[in-house]
Amino acid sequence: MSVEAQSREVTAAETQTVAAARRLRDAQTVFIGVGRPSTAAILARMVHNPDLVLVYESGTIGAKPFHIPLSIGDGELAETADAIVSVTEMFNYWIGAGRIDVAFLGAAQIDRYANLNTTVIGDYAQPKTRLPGAGGAPEIASSCGEVIVIAPHSPRTFVEHLDFRTTVGHGEGNGTRGRCGFTGKGPTAVITDLGTLEPDPDTKELTLVQLHLGVDVDEVQEKTGWRLKVADQIRHTEPPNERELEALRELQSR
Amino acid sequence: MAEVTSLSEAVAALVDDGDSVALEGFTHLIPFAAGHELLRQGRRELELIRMTPDLLYDQMIGVGSARKLVFSYGGNPGVGSLHRFRDVIENHWPHEIEIEEHSHAGMANRYAAGASNMPCAVMRGYVGTDLVAHTRVAGITCPFTGEQLVAVPALNPDVSIIHAQEADRDGNVQLWGIPGVQKEAVLAASRSLVTVERIVDELEPKPGGVIIPGWVISYVAEAPGGSRPSYSLGITERDNDFYRFWDKLSRDRDEFTAWMREHVLDREAVGS
Repeated sequence: MSVEAQSREVTAAETQTVAAARRLRDAQTVFIGVGRPSTAAILARMVHNPDLVLVYESGTIGAKPFHIPLSIGDGELAETADAIVSVTEMFNYWIGAGRIDVAFLGAAQIDRYANLNTTVIGDYAQPKTRLPGAGGAPEIASSCGEVIVIAPHSPRTFVEHLDFRTTVGHGEGNGTRGRCGFTGKGPTAVITDLGTLEPDPDTKELTLVQLHLGVDVDEVQEKTGWRLKVADQIRHTEPPNERELEALRELQSR
Repeated sequence: MAEVTSLSEAVAALVDDGDSVALEGFTHLIPFAAGHELLRQGRRELELIRMTPDLLYDQMIGVGSARKLVFSYGGNPGVGSLHRFRDVIENHWPHEIEIEEHSHAGMANRYAAGASNMPCAVMRGYVGTDLVAHTRVAGITCPFTGEQLVAVPALNPDVSIIHAQEADRDGNVQLWGIPGVQKEAVLAASRSLVTVERIVDELEPKPGGVIIPGWVISYVAEAPGGSRPSYSLGITERDNDFYRFWDKLSRDRDEFTAWMREHVLDREAVGS
C-alpha cells in the first residue's frame, strides 16, 4: 500500500462500500444503480470476484467500467458490455424472469421490515419533498434473488412509518412476500455507515447483527427511528484490509 | 416513407398545443434539440411522457410547457434532484400540473403494449406498494394458471420524438448503444419524429444496431449534436459536467429562466 493510503484513516463510507463489495463474493450477477452500489460492485470485481456480471438498469449486461460511472447509462458501460438490451427486455426477460442474483437498492426512508420509500416525504398530493420516484426498484425488489440495501444511518432515513411505500421489502413481516407472489428472497442485508442489519429469520424484522469499527449499539439505536432489535451475538465488521482499501482508493482516483 | 426535412419544419408540422408527446432516450440519445425546438415554437399544455424526465423535461416543465407529466424516475442521474420537477410538484411553480407515475417496468410495458396495438400489458409488479392507489394499474388473473398479475394501460402518445445516430435519405434510421424504449415509443405513437446526428447515403450495419424502417416514421430531421448534454454513442460524449452544473443552476427560478432564454429560447434551431 502506498504511503499516502496508509496515512489516511479508514472512513465510514469506505467501510460501508467494502462491506457491500464482500457480499458479492459468491454472486454470479449483480444489479446496480449509481453511487456507492456501483463503486462496491466494481470493487468486488477487482478484489473478490473477477467474473461478476454487472447489470445496469440502462440495459448494459456484463459492463466492465474502468471508471465509476456518473449515470447508469454512461458510454463506458455500453462500450464494455457483453450485451445491450432495451429497457423493456431488461425488466421482462432479465429482472422479471429472476435471472439476477443480487440487487443493490438505496432509499430515502426505510422501515423495520426493509420496505423502502423513494417517492415523497410528506403527503403524496402536497409533498414536503418530492423524491425521484420508483424507477426500477419495485420489480427489482420483487424478482431479483436477493436485495442488499445501502443507506446512510440516520433517524431521517430509518423511520417508524414510511411516508410512502414505493418498494416492498418484507411488507408486514414474514409471509408478506409469499402472499404478494414475489419470487426473490427480498432484502437480506441493510448495510449502513454504522453497521449491518439483517432480517430476523422468523419475523423478518431488521436486526442489528454487525457493527463497524468504533461504533456501539447505543449510537445505532440513537440513529434509528424505532426500537431496534439487536442480535444476541453481535459481530464486528472486519475492517477493510490493505488490498481492499488500496483497490478502492485507486478506483476512486481514476 | 418518412419525410426528411428540417427540425423546425418537422416540429411545426407534428406537434400541436395540448398533444401528448413522448421524447424518449434512456440516459443515452435524449432528443434535447427537438425538445428545445418545441419550446422555441411556444408549444403549451403538453402531456409530457418520459420514463426519466432528465434535464430535458426539467427544462420543459420549468418554462411552463406541460399540463401533465407521465414518468417513472424524476432524478438527475447520479447527481441528485431535478429542481424544476420538484418545484412544480412541491410549489406549483410556474403553475400546477397533473402527474401520473409508474415504475420503470410499468412504463416499459405500457410502451410495448402501445407498440403492439394492445389495450394493456400484463406483468408482475406494483403489488403491496402505495403506487397502486395513485396510478393506473389493475389486478388480473391468468386464465391458464390462476396466478394473480397486474395490467397496465397501453401508452399511445400523439407524437413520439427520439434521437438516433444515422438515417439514410429515405428516412430509415439506425441507432446503436443503449436502445432504451425508443423503438417502442415510435411504434406506439400516432406520429413521430427522429432527429439524427447525420444523414448518410447508405446505413452501414453496426453491432447491436436497431433499425427503424422509414415507413413507420413521419419525419426525419438532421440535428448534429442534438442529444447534448446526453450523448450519441460513437459520435458525442455525455457531458457529465453539465449534469452537475444543472444541479446548481436550476435551483434558482430566475437563474433558470435567464439561462433558458439565453441558451434555448433565443437561439436558432439546430440544423436550420
